Amino acid sequence: MESSIYRRRLITNRVGMILSGIAMAVGLAGLTWILWTLLYNGLSAFGYDFFFNSTPAPGSPGGGMANAIVGSLLMVGASTLVATPVGILAGIYLAEYGATSRFAAATRFVVDIMLSAPSIVIGLFVYAVAVATVGHFSGWAGSIALGLIAVPVVVRTTENMLNLVPGSLREAAFALGAPRWRVNTAVALRAVKGGVVTGVLLSVARMIGETAPLLFTALNNQFFTTDMGQPMANLPVVIYNFAMSPYADWQELAWGGAALIALVVLGINIAARMLFRDPVRS
Amino acid sequence: MAASATGDVTDMTLHPPVQGSQGETRPHTSEADRRFARRVRRFAVQDKIFAWVTFSFAALVLFTMAGLLVSLVFEAWPALREYGVGFLVGTTWSPADDVFGAVISIYGTVVTSAIALLIGVPVSFGIAVFLTEICPLRLRRPLGTAIELLAGVPSIIYGIWGLFIFAPLIQEYVQPWLSATGLPFFSGPPLGVGIFTAGVVLSLMVVPFIASVMRDVFETVPPVLKESAYGIGCTTWEVIRHIVLPYTRVGVIGGIMLGLGRALGETMAVTFVIGNANRIAGSLFAPGNSIASTLANEFAEADPTLHIPSLYALGLILFLITFVVLAAAKWLTDRSALKAGR
Repeated sequence: MESSIYRRRLITNRVGMILSGIAMAVGLAGLTWILWTLLYNGLSAFGYDFFFNSTPAPGSPGGGMANAIVGSLLMVGASTLVATPVGILAGIYLAEYGATSRFAAATRFVVDIMLSAPSIVIGLFVYAVAVATVGHFSGWAGSIALGLIAVPVVVRTTENMLNLVPGSLREAAFALGAPRWRVNTAVALRAVKGGVVTGVLLSVARMIGETAPLLFTALNNQFFTTDMGQPMANLPVVIYNFAMSPYADWQELAWGGAALIALVVLGINIAARMLFRDPVRS
Repeated sequence: MAASATGDVTDMTLHPPVQGSQGETRPHTSEADRRFARRVRRFAVQDKIFAWVTFSFAALVLFTMAGLLVSLVFEAWPALREYGVGFLVGTTWSPADDVFGAVISIYGTVVTSAIALLIGVPVSFGIAVFLTEICPLRLRRPLGTAIELLAGVPSIIYGIWGLFIFAPLIQEYVQPWLSATGLPFFSGPPLGVGIFTAGVVLSLMVVPFIASVMRDVFETVPPVLKESAYGIGCTTWEVIRHIVLPYTRVGVIGGIMLGLGRALGETMAVTFVIGNANRIAGSLFAPGNSIASTLANEFAEADPTLHIPSLYALGLILFLITFVVLAAAKWLTDRSALKAGR
């Protein structure tokens, strides 16, 4: 009797551990499977045409993703330029000034919600304020949508990083007679530079892959343009349109674009993690 | 000046007016004293400006969110006025006839998310257990990073993979096998794409979010609790079941809610594989539509009189649902973090 209970416990334990190992294996297999199919199907699309030609019309051979790549770079670049200072300054406020205020608590809450809020809803919002009012889709509208996705990421990491700065470091700077704004920027922010850069990188990685908010803000453009006042091609939307199309060569381009995005996003994620390893430099 | 850590600290420091004067005011102010006073005033002004600037950016973030909600309500108003509460229970979504009801999309959103959690939660739990209890220390960091990378993969990647690779496999191997069970919700032709496939792809997407929250809360369990359980002869499984889980229950539920919030609002991956049909079928294999996929499919070509407001109303519903779920998730994880800090 005694030994049968003991055996049952051991078996339960063994089964639980094996199942948990299987779960881990499933997760890793999912990651490698996705990466493998991307590389397998996507790398063959890479070539001169892919990077230097614009998206083809239906039925015409050749063509590439040049307009989409440039469009994505422009929009992500513009969003990063705006979202980074906004996010960092708001993060400084939350960490350095708003420790106890109600207003800061509300902002913190909103930032956390926005981090996980459905990105397509942000697209709806931007359509209402920047597309419907102007009368046409535009690269700027896409940029605004991406910026709204990036800001919470930067705010959250900046605040978290600043909270890691030991109070004694700030006190030391105050004791030297530094004004508060210099302590916040030249001492506290500087001490966690790496962590803040990580946040910015992660926000860029997030923006590069975002599709939903661009569907009806930047829309798409078959032609090469650098005019952000016009509808603008961008990698995610082109991938979506081409993958859903019946043409084999379009689908191949979509795979190529997907592989490119995945490589860039994972590369940035890994780079960000390596920077993050040492958030507070001593 | 020993200010090596911060570089140019020296140039912004104040030079005390007179060494050892202990701050008492003196009748005859020297030139140095006046400079000092000017500098203090300038610093005070700069401080005020800087505090104001950071505050206004934080306010910008807060008010953008408020603006988002207001604009959704405002834009959805024509549809809300036309249908009222009936929008929530309307079972027809037909742009051709200008009749719009939300039930089909809400059904798709809820069912795909439910499937995602049904598969995703046990897998996430297994991964968290593996990473905190079983995994050799040396492998913990790289394996944890790999799972986190899964969270970084853009949803469009899951979408294209789900459509071209995963759906055909489901169609060929999984669906016939499930059909053979004879259960009513596994009936119908195996199409590959559909609600079921969307739920399975979603489950893979929510796993990294839930798993990393679970791992973090599992690590907050005081070692002494676990050690005393091991000390009276508990197996690893029993320690997890009777010590770790009860201790971290709140945080675990918070993690699941976070995953749910993600699943509800996920757009691209679902749009690729859900099949995009505006109807509700009894079978999970049938194609359907979620709120997000309806928006993604129809918005750019919608008619502004009633179709677009109806889509905005859908967006508003989605936003409110995810808001509640995510707020609950945050409340729960905060509470569990508080407990860990105590």
